[in-house]
Amino acid sequence: MKKEQREKYYKLMLLASAMVALVVIVLIGGFIFKEGMPVFAKYGLGNVFWGRKWQPSSQIYGLWPMVVGTVYITLGSLVIGVPLGVLTAIFLAELAPKKLVSLVIRPAIELLAGIPSVVYGLFGMTTIVPVIRKIARSIPAYADEPTLSSGYGIIAGSIILSIMILPTVINVAEDAIRSVPREYKEGSLALGATHWQTIYRVIVPAASSGIMAGVVLGMGRAIGETMAIIMVAGNAPIVPESIFSSVRSLTGNIAIEMAYSSGEHTQALFATGIILFVFIMIINSLAMFLAKKEVG
Amino acid sequence: MRPQTAQKIAGALLWAAALLTVVTLVVILGYIFMNGMHKITWEFLTTEPESMGAKGGIYSTIISTVIFTFVTLLIAVPVGIAAAIYLTEYTKRSWATKIIRFGTEALAGIPSIVFGLFGFAFFVILLKPITGGWSLASGSLTGACMILPTLIRTTEEAIKAVPNSYREGSYALGATKWQTVSRIVIPTALPAILTGIILGIGRIVGETAALLLTLGGSLYIPTKLTDPASTMSMHLYKVAMEVGAMDMAFGTAAVLIITVFFINMSANWIMHLMRKKTTA
Repeated sequence: MKKEQREKYYKLMLLASAMVALVVIVLIGGFIFKEGMPVFAKYGLGNVFWGRKWQPSSQIYGLWPMVVGTVYITLGSLVIGVPLGVLTAIFLAELAPKKLVSLVIRPAIELLAGIPSVVYGLFGMTTIVPVIRKIARSIPAYADEPTLSSGYGIIAGSIILSIMILPTVINVAEDAIRSVPREYKEGSLALGATHWQTIYRVIVPAASSGIMAGVVLGMGRAIGETMAIIMVAGNAPIVPESIFSSVRSLTGNIAIEMAYSSGEHTQALFATGIILFVFIMIINSLAMFLAKKEVG
Repeated sequence: MRPQTAQKIAGALLWAAALLTVVTLVVILGYIFMNGMHKITWEFLTTEPESMGAKGGIYSTIISTVIFTFVTLLIAVPVGIAAAIYLTEYTKRSWATKIIRFGTEALAGIPSIVFGLFGFAFFVILLKPITGGWSLASGSLTGACMILPTLIRTTEEAIKAVPNSYREGSYALGATKWQTVSRIVIPTALPAILTGIILGIGRIVGETAALLLTLGGSLYIPTKLTDPASTMSMHLYKVAMEVGAMDMAFGTAAVLIITVFFINMSANWIMHLMRKKTTA
């Protein structure tokens, strides 16, 4: 083979490899829609999405409980995780002694990111769930309701998820804060502002779209998380009536029932996947948009 | 409030937040180790699970995790590196690369359970004659799709960090593009690429949701690609949720954390060596 020919051949091979990721995402979308659409077509998109009852044994496929469950757990995790994450990010970028960061905090965040989600689940179900169970049982109105007093539910799910999204929120927010031009900070300090005034009046506003990108990415992680949620959320497919309620997430619905489903039931689980896929695509596009916005 | 007072309060708040983050990690690790460390004995690591994992050890799941990780990397690494080379060395900014890049970024955000659904529909069902249904092959192919974006991104970064003068020197000596890439750029970027691969291993070891739908979950060590298998993470989930053997779950969790710890350590170690080399 001639040299030029060989070069062309290599280039083609590399291009083919670069296309794989694109092909996979198209295949993922294609397969999930192909398998899940029949359920939407048969029962109506609205009836499935807003349907409040999930009873596959009698062909009732309402996904609303799982949609609400996912939204509640995700919001709960943001309420705890975002303040903690953003404050930690500010600390890392602005305040922390270098040695402390490189020897303690950075490795800790890396390890938090690396701990498998099943381990978080195990931790949650043996520590957080019993505490919440105790509290729920001490509330008279809840004590006799199994779906409210088991300890498994929105609160436990939110707490565990808030820990799991921390690395994402911290890393993205810290990058955003660090990329604020030095002059902004110097200008503010030169005008006599304290360091803290500079942080919350100048630096954080300038980094706000990057920080938001971190929050949105954390949200994406929370919505997509499966194992830890299954292990602490209780998984009852009902629309929650209290933050103590047992809930099932969209991800949990798929993971729990896939093993024994068949036929239309399996298609309904793929339909759950479509909803999840669309949610995630919207959220990630938002994150990409925010991340690319200029500082200022 | 005086600005100086506000400054002090805010400082305390920021310290508290960072401290809480670290303490959270310490509590989780401490709790898992307290409950799981005494389980880790030579016997636990080297005997087969008995009665669904309620008794015995976790030997087969450790070996299966290693095999699964190896096969997944074997599929994903060549594709990931080749893709990164193409994206950094062979293209200018065109609409084609924009689409490819968008696809890679989008893939990175897909939840693992959705990968599982895809792997189930494509590898387990449609390609059953080749993959054998729920099997090592199906699980590894699914896992490879999942770590591809991470591999591409870290390799891209590694390649971009190679100084242009290296490439120019190579071209000046009459080398072709491919020769320059394969003999100069990749060897120089190799340690950083390796770091990316190690981080990919971390992700594979911890993965569970997608594997529940594709890997099969057998407690025997797979002997061929079409055999089902069960990784440590899957095993932990099953013994905690289905069998209810919490002591076994904690033991497995402790082994998993130690594994992840070593993975992170070695990635950091390689990066450290690299920095030393470049600054020396």
